[in-house]
Amino acid sequence: MTQTDETAALVSGLPDRQPTRISEHIVEVVSDSGEGAQKCGQTFGTISGKMGNGAWTVEIIPAEIQPPARSPAGASGIRIRVADSYVTNMGDEADLVVAFNEQVLYSRIANGAYKKGTVVLLDDKWASDPQEEIREQYAAAVGEFRDNGLVVHELPIETECLKIVDNARKGKNMFVLGMLCHIYSRDVQMGLDEIASAFARKGDAVIRPNQELFRSGYRFAAEHVDYHYRIDPWTDDMGPTVVTNGNQAIGLGVMASGMEMVAMYPITPATSASHYLADVFQDAGGFVHQAEDEIAAAGFAIGASYAGMTACTITSGPGMALKTEMMGLAVMGEIPLVVVDVQRGGPSTGLPTKVEQGDLLSTLYGMPGDAPKVIIAPATIEECFHYVILARKLAEAFRTPVFVLTDANLATGVQPYPRPVPQEEWLAAPIDQSAWDSNVPAYDWDPQTGLSPRPIPGQRGGEYVLTGLSHTNRSKVAYDSDTNQTSCEHRSRKLAALGKTLKPPVINGDDEGDLLVVGWGSTMGAIEEAVNKLRDAGHKVSSIHLRFLSPLEPQLKEIFSRFRQVMTVEINYSDRPDAPQITPENRRYAQLATVLRASTLVDVDCWSVVYGHPMQPGMIHKELNRRLTAMHNEI
Amino acid sequence: MFGLKADWSLDVFERYFTLGDYAGGEARWCPGCGDFAVLNTVHRVLRDAQLPPEQTVAVSGIGCSSRLPHYMGTYGFHGLHGRALPLANGIKSRRPDLDVWVATGDGDCFSIGAGPWIHSIRYNMDMVVLVFDNAIYGLTKKQTSPTSPEGMLTNTHPYGAPLPALNPLTVTLGITNVSFVAQVVDWNPPLLYETIKAAHQHKGTSFVRVIQRCPVFSQDFCKPMQEHPEQMLLLTHENGIPMDDSVKRVFKEQHEHDPSDWVGAMAIARDESRIPLGLLYHDPDAPVYDVLSSAGREKTNEEKLAAINAALDSFAI
Repeated sequence: MTQTDETAALVSGLPDRQPTRISEHIVEVVSDSGEGAQKCGQTFGTISGKMGNGAWTVEIIPAEIQPPARSPAGASGIRIRVADSYVTNMGDEADLVVAFNEQVLYSRIANGAYKKGTVVLLDDKWASDPQEEIREQYAAAVGEFRDNGLVVHELPIETECLKIVDNARKGKNMFVLGMLCHIYSRDVQMGLDEIASAFARKGDAVIRPNQELFRSGYRFAAEHVDYHYRIDPWTDDMGPTVVTNGNQAIGLGVMASGMEMVAMYPITPATSASHYLADVFQDAGGFVHQAEDEIAAAGFAIGASYAGMTACTITSGPGMALKTEMMGLAVMGEIPLVVVDVQRGGPSTGLPTKVEQGDLLSTLYGMPGDAPKVIIAPATIEECFHYVILARKLAEAFRTPVFVLTDANLATGVQPYPRPVPQEEWLAAPIDQSAWDSNVPAYDWDPQTGLSPRPIPGQRGGEYVLTGLSHTNRSKVAYDSDTNQTSCEHRSRKLAALGKTLKPPVINGDDEGDLLVVGWGSTMGAIEEAVNKLRDAGHKVSSIHLRFLSPLEPQLKEIFSRFRQVMTVEINYSDRPDAPQITPENRRYAQLATVLRASTLVDVDCWSVVYGHPMQPGMIHKELNRRLTAMHNEI
Repeated sequence: MFGLKADWSLDVFERYFTLGDYAGGEARWCPGCGDFAVLNTVHRVLRDAQLPPEQTVAVSGIGCSSRLPHYMGTYGFHGLHGRALPLANGIKSRRPDLDVWVATGDGDCFSIGAGPWIHSIRYNMDMVVLVFDNAIYGLTKKQTSPTSPEGMLTNTHPYGAPLPALNPLTVTLGITNVSFVAQVVDWNPPLLYETIKAAHQHKGTSFVRVIQRCPVFSQDFCKPMQEHPEQMLLLTHENGIPMDDSVKRVFKEQHEHDPSDWVGAMAIARDESRIPLGLLYHDPDAPVYDVLSSAGREKTNEEKLAAINAALDSFAI
């Protein structure tokens, strides 16, 4: 690591300690809402990414905008997993936590975020609070935490900040950033630069005190905090790199796909994708339409698509439910359309800010009648970008809505990945306005594939009336039995035709063994980390991760046949086999498991939970280990 | 020949459209249905404007009125119940070059489509919205609609519609950014033609409520109006709907109303003792949303790629 002049100046006169080399750490910063913990953590993650570390950042979000201060349920904050290798998930228990008050730690402890030995650097301002009740709460909590094995250090964070600013609530986060930068040997100049760019719009009067707080935090940690680590870069050759969250990646993907219209309605956790687009979309000629409701957003996008400009609507589960009828219309009218569903906990309003993979079955089957459509699920933040581009291409080639299922974990996770290089061929072709041969019907279904070209308004000779009613190949309303049967066949055949072009999934691990774990979506990093750890311990376990959920990727049955057991790991509800009333006949399986059982007739098992937080490698490891051990004991 | 310009005969139309070019499948409404009159008038207005059929899109929701696109020779989109307007808005959003017509009904627009109705008036995208108001659900066979008069006997209210009818004029006039509100009856062809033509010429969302006969399910709604035209109040003004003497002879009750006078329009709309016919309100300068939504269409691929690269670079480390 090159020491810049800034660093040299800052550390002069400080105790000269050699940092301990570690391969990874999980760091959390937790506070009341509005104290800037997330800004602090994001900046720490960005600096780490820039220094060549693998990193995964995830926000800890309370469901309320402004929960009461010092509320045990109101923890707001951020987790950053930093490593000298590629990081694909948020990991298990935290190693080091900076807490702005003691109460917010309770909900993190309840979530299993900490372990015995987790270091807690706690602001001690509450020990001398004017209210006796708060002083007592503080003392009791610190005692309780220590009894439970947390290593609590009480530090005068507020006091130190007040030496620089009048109101420590604004700025404490930058002091803490400075502390973290010393603890983890981060580059000081990078920290100062990040602060300058973060507050660029607010000007020097804001930048300077924040940088001063940062320096002060850095020096404070050097003088008063014993922990001092270094995490080496994992690679120097990832090439040009970007750091985004999944929703930003979706927004960038929309731009790079050549789509020019996003119609949306605000819904957590999807909205930030549209926020991002609203900021930059116009530079690429695009427009974000905030519709009056979810249904109108879908209708607006469908209208734009029908008129030749394939559009996108971005939503989450409750919005998907409202859009159901529109989605059926898009299937029936064979309208290209991209629908991004950033899944959250359900049913109903459910867990707005938390993750679930609960919309697979409703997306597949949620419409009346037979409504075949394409469903794809990116497994990484990088894939969020590329799959939107893929989605538009598929939507137009197959004249169908394409659903991209991401989730709150991908949406808010932040990760470095290779910078995509936009290609002209990713962009949409100009709207075809050449004459249409009026002998060619509006749905000139190819009997082999179900595919047909579509006339676009403005094309002379192509005039037709798109209808959601059963229709002939000329889009004439027809209620007769043959027409309905035939048109359903053609719409369904498109999926089979697409399925024929897909490759079988890549197997992580050996091609055969005792146990195959099947996953989809944001769980890939956690599943593979757990599987690889078990493989290192000698277990015959492998995993596959499906990106295409409709149509399914080929050869699944054949792959399954090479393993003694097959199971899915998912973040959605399933009955535990040993739960009251549950038998093998009435057990309700996780969603992908249900689909795989039906399509392969293999007895695919599942392990799934709906705790509302991302799947963690430790949880999966524990469950897989239990199953593998049981299998070995049977032999 | 005699006294005409010598080059007159050279002025050949490359394409000349007849009524038949705008007609689609044979209209299958009930005999005596007012919808026929609206359909024929739309064909005439399009023919007189000589708009290429392929540049025209007829959009509808669900209901008797919403079958209209199927009877057009243009592009069409027969959508979902209550959702014609979001679809039409979307069509217009990136294709301001298309001429968009919306056919909807009292149930489709004022009941299930009430949300899109209000917001689409506010978006004020350039299109004609024809509400075929027969005060009844026809396609599903005689259920009370929002505009069914109090006491009307229907299958859902066999003892009489329990509430006063919704007034679509006051609601529409009350929406911010409203730009064109007219009312007409289907049985006066000259007034219907001039009203729809004026609506088509207006740049913005032209809301036209067509009071429409349903001879099967709501005969009592229009019959009194036909028998007693003095119940109607013809709105006259040089900036209003052009109307010849034949119209003025039928509707003897007349009122000079400047369509730029919103307060006057609201007073007329609120007075339910008279049914106004003509142009209640017109603001040719109200902002039009399609100007915003279609911005950037001219960007080249080079410009788009530059923007995408700049966006990616802002996340570079």
